[in-house]
Amino acid sequence: MKDWSAKLRRIRALTLKETRQVLRDPSSIAIGIVFPLMMILLFGYGLSLDVNRVSVAVVDEDASADSAALVGAFRLSPYFKVTVAHSMVEANTMFLDQGVDGVLRIPSDFARRSHSGGAEIQILVNGTDANQARIMQAYAQGPVAGWSAAQAVSGAAVSAGPVIVVDRMWFNENNDSHYFLVPGLIVLVMTIIGAFLTAMVVAREWERGTLEALFVTPMRAGEFLMSKLIPYFGLGMIGFVLCLLAGQFLFHVPLRGSFFLLCLASMIYLLVALGIGLLISTLVKSQFLASQLALLLTFLPAMMLSGFLYDLRSMPVLVRGITYVLPARYAVSLMQTLYLAGDVGSVVWLNLGILAAMAVALLVLTRLATRKQLS
Amino acid sequence: MYSSLLRILALIRKEFLAVLRDPRSRFIIFVPTILQCLIFGYAASFDLNSVPYAVLDEDHSAASAAFLSRLDGSGIFQRQADLVRVEDISTSINSGRALLIIQIGQDFERHLLAGEPAQVQVIADGRNSNTAGTALGYFESVVETFNASWRSNHGQTGPSVRIVLRSWFNPNLDSRWSMLPSLIGTLTMLGTLMLTAMSVAREREQGTFDQLLVTPFRPFEIMAGKAIPNIAIGLTQSTTILLIAQFWFHIPFAGSFVVLYAGLGLFLMAAVGLGLFVSSIAKTMQQAMLYAFLLVMPFALLSGLTTPFNSMPKFLQSVMIINPLRYALDLTRRVYLEDAGFVQLFSDFLPLAVIGLVTLSGAAWLFRRRLT
Repeated sequence: MKDWSAKLRRIRALTLKETRQVLRDPSSIAIGIVFPLMMILLFGYGLSLDVNRVSVAVVDEDASADSAALVGAFRLSPYFKVTVAHSMVEANTMFLDQGVDGVLRIPSDFARRSHSGGAEIQILVNGTDANQARIMQAYAQGPVAGWSAAQAVSGAAVSAGPVIVVDRMWFNENNDSHYFLVPGLIVLVMTIIGAFLTAMVVAREWERGTLEALFVTPMRAGEFLMSKLIPYFGLGMIGFVLCLLAGQFLFHVPLRGSFFLLCLASMIYLLVALGIGLLISTLVKSQFLASQLALLLTFLPAMMLSGFLYDLRSMPVLVRGITYVLPARYAVSLMQTLYLAGDVGSVVWLNLGILAAMAVALLVLTRLATRKQLS
Repeated sequence: MYSSLLRILALIRKEFLAVLRDPRSRFIIFVPTILQCLIFGYAASFDLNSVPYAVLDEDHSAASAAFLSRLDGSGIFQRQADLVRVEDISTSINSGRALLIIQIGQDFERHLLAGEPAQVQVIADGRNSNTAGTALGYFESVVETFNASWRSNHGQTGPSVRIVLRSWFNPNLDSRWSMLPSLIGTLTMLGTLMLTAMSVAREREQGTFDQLLVTPFRPFEIMAGKAIPNIAIGLTQSTTILLIAQFWFHIPFAGSFVVLYAGLGLFLMAAVGLGLFVSSIAKTMQQAMLYAFLLVMPFALLSGLTTPFNSMPKFLQSVMIINPLRYALDLTRRVYLEDAGFVQLFSDFLPLAVIGLVTLSGAAWLFRRRLT
C-alpha cells in the first residue's frame, strides 16, 4: 500500500516536471497547437486538387459555324480561359513560353467530319505536371459534351448514350475533399506529436545524461515512461480536439459514426505513436537521429502510405506489403470509416484491434528496452 | 585573406568530420533520401491502376454481358463479386472491398435495342473522394468506347467528337515523370535545411559553439564553414536522386547538367541560408528541429509538388514568393523533361539568387549580433 502511494507520488512529480518543460518551451507548444492549426488551414484552404481556369490557346483551322460553336463552348466553361491563336506556330510559341497551359486545335475538316461522327479535335498539354495535364484532359470533356448536346437540340441526331451513366458517390455526395482530408489530418497530427516530438524529448534526456541521474533515484523505468506518456498524451489530445472542432465548425464534415468510438480510436492511435517515439529514442539516444528516424518511420508513411492522399490499391505489391506493418494505414482507414461511413463493425473492430495490439506491443518493448539500459 | 580561407577550410573539414564520422549519422543522411525517393516514386500517384468493383446485373442479357466484358477487358477494373440482391450493395461498399458498385437494371438490353438511353447506375465509395472521382472518370471512358462500338455496330451515327490528346515532354502522362524530378529539390531541401539547423544548435547545446567563439574565427568565417559542407551534402543528395530517377525509374534526362547544377547550387544556398536562419533563432536542438519542420512543411506542401501551384488561393501564391522550393521544383522539372535553358528559367534563377543572398546575409547578421 505504502509502495503504491510512493510510486504514484514519484510519477506525479515527474509528470509535473515534464509538463512544466512542455509549457515553458515555445517549440513544444508550436508543435502541439501551431502545427495542427497550420495543417488544418493548409489542407482546408491552401491545397486544392482541382485545377481552376486553365489557360488554353485555341487554333480554329476550320473556321466554320460548328467549330465556332465549339470554341464558344470552351469560352463559356468556367474551367478554361481561352486565347485565340491564328496558327499552330503561334500557339506552340505561346505554349513553350508558358503563356498558356495547353493548346486546342480544331482541324480544317472538323465540320465536314462531325456529321459523319468521326470528327477529332487535338489537345496539346504539357506533361511536365502530369497531374495537371490529366485534370485538364478531363475538363475538356465538358465543353465537348455541351457542344454535342447543343448540336443534337438544333436538329442533328441524338448523340448521348446509348448507355448513360448515373453515378452517385456514397459517404460524400458533394464530392467535397475536406471529407477525406479531416480524418487523415487527425492521424497526421497525432503522429507528429506522439512520435516526432516525444522521440526528441526523450532522446535529449539520454543525450544530456539526465536520465542516468534519474536512474540512481528510487524511480523505476515504468514510472519514468508513465511520466513521459502523460503530458504528451495530453498535448496529442489537444491536437485531436483542434482537428475535431475544425471538422465540425469550419469544414462541416459529418461525423456519422459514434463520437465515443472516434475518441477511443484516436487515443489508441496516439498510444501507438507515443510508443514508437519512446522506442526510437530509447534505442538511438541522439536527438538528431531520433527525430530523423521518427520522421522517416512515422510521418512520411502517415502522409504517403496510409491511404490518406494516395490510393493504396495502385501501389506495387511490395510497397503495399510494407503498408500492412504501418499503424497509420489502420488509423486512416478507421478514421475515414468512422467519420464518413459510420460504425461499420467489420472495419472498426478489426482496425481497432490491430492498433490496440500494436500499442501494447510497442509499450512493452519500450519498457523492456529501458530496463535493459539500467543494468 | 589567405589566412581567412585557411580557417574556413579547417572549419569545413571539421564539419565534414562531425557529420560523416559517425556511421549512424552517415546512414541518416543518405538512406532516408534513397528510401523516400523510392516510396514517392512508387506511391505518390493519383493514377489508379486497379479498380475493384462489384456488379449487380439484374438484366442477365447478352448486352449486359458484353458491357461487363468490356469493363473486365480494360485491365483496370477487377470484378470482386457478382451481387444478387440490392441489400448486398451496402455490405460490399462498407467493408471497402469494392470501390465501385455497378448496377444494371432489368431492361438494359431492351432499351438499347429500342435505341433508347439505357441507364447504368454506379455507386462509388467516397471515403476518399479523389480516388472515387478518378475511378468514375475511368468508368465513363470505358462506357464511351462501349457506346462508340455499339453505335457503329447498329448503324447509329450522330455528331460525336473524339478528343485526341498529345502530351509534350511526357508522352504517356506518367505521373512518375513529374514526381521524380520534383523530388530532386524537395527531398534535398528537407534534408539540408534540417541538417543545417541542427548542426549549429548541436554545437550550442553541447557548448562547443562557445569554444569556437574564443578562436580567431570571424562570424562570417564560422557561417561559411557551416554553409559550404551542408551545400556539398545537399548536392550529393540531389545527385543520388537524379541517378535513381535515371537508372532505377528510367526517366530520360532531356536537359543540361550545367543548367541543373547551377540551379541546384543557388537553391541549396537558399535552403542552407534558411537553415542557418532557423538555427540562429533556436536555443536548443529541439527548437531548431521543430522550427525547421514547421517551416519545411508548408514550403513542401505549397510548392506545387502534390497540387498545381496556380490553383492555390491567390493570397497563398503571393506569400509563397519566398518559398525557394517553388522555383526549384519548376526548374528541376523543366530542365529534366523540357531541356529548358538559362533564358527560359530566368524567372526561377533570379528569385533563388535573391532568397539565397537575403537568407545568408540575414543569418550572418544574426550570427554577428548573437556573438557580440
